[in-house]
Amino acid sequence: MIWRRISGFPTWDWTSPFDELERMRRDMDRLSEGLAKGIFREPRAGVFPLMNVTEDKGNYYVRAELPGLKADDLDISVTGDTLSISGERKIPAEDKKAQYHRREREAGKFSRIVSLPAQVDTGKVEARCTDGVLTVVLPRAESAKPKQIAVKTS
Amino acid sequence: MADTEGKALKVKEKAEVTTPAEQTRPGLVFTPAADIFETDKEITLLADMPGVKAKDLNIDLNENILTLDGDVKTPEGENEVDVIREYRTGKYYRQFSLSQGIDQSKIDAELKDGVLRLKLPKVEAAMPRKIAVKTS
Repeated sequence: MIWRRISGFPTWDWTSPFDELERMRRDMDRLSEGLAKGIFREPRAGVFPLMNVTEDKGNYYVRAELPGLKADDLDISVTGDTLSISGERKIPAEDKKAQYHRREREAGKFSRIVSLPAQVDTGKVEARCTDGVLTVVLPRAESAKPKQIAVKTS
Repeated sequence: MADTEGKALKVKEKAEVTTPAEQTRPGLVFTPAADIFETDKEITLLADMPGVKAKDLNIDLNENILTLDGDVKTPEGENEVDVIREYRTGKYYRQFSLSQGIDQSKIDAELKDGVLRLKLPKVEAAMPRKIAVKTS
């Protein structure tokens, strides 16, 4: 008791000095788990272009940032539940006398396939490219749409 | 640019930045990738800003500091739920300091398919001026 008063320690229980360590360990676990699962560590396919896929009741939406590309430069096809996008990003040559200070934008070919969670109606897929963002709207196939099931009372 | 043609594009994540001034609106800020080249007459700047509309892009040249500031509206609809999220959206912000005197009255900006093309003709430095963005 004297020792505790002199050293000014908070009065935690001397019989379990590992409790504090245990608590710290749990905090660290939570922190590292948060980092691993957080927005910084989303699973990525590692294939260009990066895509965001969203859904609502009737459609899937696939979006990708493709600055400088027009709809004509893209080759988009759908079969069943897979969407494939390929194309080439071209950066036209500039004046031959031009001296570069920076060259960060990249050109090249790409192709990517994404599997959607369900079958889509391939006849009704729409794609558009606005302001360098590709949006593909894929309506779900009738068979894949959620159905309300009425419960009969006898 | 024959040397880059035909190559496969690699995934490149957008570079997030913190702007010098604090944001009034919360949200992510990214640095747009840019090409800058110079000829005898002018400096040309190309910047990738996918999702930015001409009316949401501010270009400002003040005391040889060129500021690009492009706002991006969330493209997702209200009822949409994420299935896969590989990239994030947010505004674009980048500053460049220009060493050469630029004729501010002749600056030409064009935003097309998410790529900004800014022509900065060289002349003596002049008064700061806002630059209007043309829609293609």
